Amino acid sequence: MANDLFNSFMTGPDENGRFGMFGGRFVSETLMPLILELEAEYNHAKTDPTFWAEMDDLWKHYVGRPSPLYHAARLTEHLGGAKVYMKRDELNHTGAHKINNVLGQIILARRMGKTRIIAETGAGQHGVATATVCAKFGLECIVYMGAHDVERQAPNVFRMRLLGAKVVPVTSGRGTLKDAMNDALRDWVTNVRDTFYCIGTVAGPHPYPAMVRDFQSIIGKEVRWQLAEQEGEGRLPDTVIAAIGGGSNAMGLFYPFLDDPSVGIIGVEAGGKGVDDRMEHCASLTGGRPGVLHGNRTYLLQDDDGQILEGFSISAGLDYPGIGPEHAWLHDTGRAQYVSITDAEALEAFQLSCKLEGIIPALEPSHALAHVMKIAPTLPKDHIIVMNMCGRGDKDIFTVAKHLGFDMKV
Amino acid sequence: MSRIDAKFAELRAAGRKAFVAYVMAGDPDYATSLEIVRGLPGAGVDIIELGMPFTDPMADGPTIQLAGQRALAGGQTLAKTLDMARALRETDQTTPIVMMGYYNPIYSRGVDRFLAEAQEAGIDGLIVVDLPPEEDAELCLPAQAAGLNFIRLATPTTDDRRLPRVMQNTSGFVYYVSITGITGAAAAQSAEVAPEVARIKAATDLPVIVGFGITTPEAARDIASVADGAVVGSAIVKMIGEGRSTAEVLGFVASLAEGAHAA
Repeated sequence: MANDLFNSFMTGPDENGRFGMFGGRFVSETLMPLILELEAEYNHAKTDPTFWAEMDDLWKHYVGRPSPLYHAARLTEHLGGAKVYMKRDELNHTGAHKINNVLGQIILARRMGKTRIIAETGAGQHGVATATVCAKFGLECIVYMGAHDVERQAPNVFRMRLLGAKVVPVTSGRGTLKDAMNDALRDWVTNVRDTFYCIGTVAGPHPYPAMVRDFQSIIGKEVRWQLAEQEGEGRLPDTVIAAIGGGSNAMGLFYPFLDDPSVGIIGVEAGGKGVDDRMEHCASLTGGRPGVLHGNRTYLLQDDDGQILEGFSISAGLDYPGIGPEHAWLHDTGRAQYVSITDAEALEAFQLSCKLEGIIPALEPSHALAHVMKIAPTLPKDHIIVMNMCGRGDKDIFTVAKHLGFDMKV
Repeated sequence: MSRIDAKFAELRAAGRKAFVAYVMAGDPDYATSLEIVRGLPGAGVDIIELGMPFTDPMADGPTIQLAGQRALAGGQTLAKTLDMARALRETDQTTPIVMMGYYNPIYSRGVDRFLAEAQEAGIDGLIVVDLPPEEDAELCLPAQAAGLNFIRLATPTTDDRRLPRVMQNTSGFVYYVSITGITGAAAAQSAEVAPEVARIKAATDLPVIVGFGITTPEAARDIASVADGAVVGSAIVKMIGEGRSTAEVLGFVASLAEGAHAA
C-alpha cells in the first residue's frame, strides 16, 4: 500500500495546498506573493541534500536528537494491558517538540535573506524555541503572546527576554493565542519585505501545514527504527497517540505511519470542562464545524453566524479554536480517530506519570497519556502503544499546584 | 449595467473622482448605524462600503477591529447587515453598496444562500479580504455568476508578473491598498501611489480606487488626484467609536467627499 500512490494518505496537500476540502491559502493579497515565494523556496530546500545535512547536524548536536523511545514498564504494569512506549520529545533542547520545526523554518528564513523573525505563542514553548534559534543565529526576534498568557506563563516570558527576544503582549480582541496569531499576521503584512513568520503548528496558509509536518515528521521516523530496534525488525506500533492543539506533534508522529493500515492512529483534543454546548473546551473536531480562519479551511469552534469562539483548556498550549487542516482531513476520511480528554482526566494522568515513571509531563501530553490510561487496560499485552511525550511539565507546575490546592508560596 | 458601472459612468461624465466611505454595519448599534448609512449619499458619498463584523479581522487595525467588536456586542449578524442594505434601498436606489469583510461568516451561512440574499437585498459588490485569486472558486466566480461585482485588492507587493492574475476575475473597480500594512496605519503618500496606480491601470480598464491610510479631506483630494477615487474607513469609524453624533459624523464625511471631489 505504501507504494501505491493512488491509495496513499501521504501525498497531500495538492498543488493548491488542499487536503481534500481542507487547507488552502486564505490570506490577503499583500501576503500572497510572499506565500508563493516561501512555497518555491521550501520545494527547493526539501530536495536539497545540503539543507537536510544542516538540519541533521543541528538536530543531533544542538537539539539532542534522536530523542529516546522509552518503554514505560511500571505504567504498563499498572494499566495491565497494552505495552506502553513514550517518545521522549520532552528531552529536546528547550523541553518540547517545537524546536524541531523552528530550526527548519529559521534555516529557510536565512536562505531567503530574511533578517527579522516573528512568531506567535500560547503557552510560550514555541516562542521560547523561536527565541532560542534566533539567538543562535543572531536574528531579530519578536514574539506575539496574548496578554493573559503573558501573565500566567511568566517564566517563559522571562526566558524569551533572556534569549534576546522582544515579547509583545497582545490586547486586541480577547488577548488570547488566536489574537496573538492575528497580530503576528498584521506585523507580517506591515513588514512583509524583511520579515519571516515562523508559525508554530501545522496550520496557517499553504505551505505551512505541510512544511511544519515535514519538519516534525522526524518524530515518527525515529519511532519506526527505534521500535524495530527494541521489538524486532519490521515491528510497527499497533496504536500511536498524541495530544492536539494545532496538531504539530501529532502530525509529526502520525505522518510516517499513515500508509501502514495496521497502525491505529488516535489524536487527543482538549476537552476542557467537557465537550457539550457550554463550549468550554478546545475540541475543534468533536465540537466544531468547518470554517476559514488564519489562512486555512479546517474545523473551528464558531457560533451560528461564523464568529470564532474562544477555546477553553487547562493547557495553554491546546487553547486554540482550530486544528491543522490535515487532521481535519484525516478525521473526515476516517484514517485517524479523534477523541477528547477533560482537564480532570489530564491532571490525573499528569500525576500518574510523575509517580510511576519519574517523568513530569507537560499538560499537553498529559491529555494523550490520559487516553492511553483509558484504552491500554482493554487491550492485549502484545499490543504496542506509542504515545508522544511532546513536552516537559516544568512550565505547568504552578497551574497544577493551583488545581491540586497546593500552596506554592514558600 | 450594474449600479457600480453606472456610478462610474456618471462620475466620468461629470469629470469627478469617486469618494468611497466605509462604515462597520451595526456600529455602535443597528439603529445608529442605519441612520449614518442612510445619511452617506446626502453627504456626498458615491459608493458605500458596508463592513461585515468579524471576530478576527487580520488585515485591519485596532480602529476597525474595535468597531467590529462593538457591532457584535450589539447583536449584529450577517443577516442584520443584509437587513441594513434592504433598509437603505427603501430610500436610495442608485448608490452602490459593497459589502466588505472576511470569508468565514459568508462560508458559514452558505455561499449560494448568501449570494441570493445579497442580490435580493440590493448589494452590488463584495470585497473579501482573505480570498486571493488562488481561491476564486470559493466565492468570486459564483458571485460574478450571480451578477455581483467581486472587487479585488491590489497591493504594493502585487508584482507585474502577478498583476494579470489579480485583475483577471475582478469587476466593478480595483481597490488599491496604498501601503503594506493594516487599515488605519501609516499615511498614504500620493507621490508613491501615483506610479502604482499607473501600473495597475496599464493592466486593466477598470477604475482604480485607493484606500488605507487616508484620514483628512486634504489627503482624500491628494490621493484622488492620482487615481479614480479614494476610500476612507478608519477615520470615519474612529469618530463613530468616540460616540460623536450622527450629524458630526456626516459633517466629517461631507468634508472628506468635498476633498475627493475637488481633485
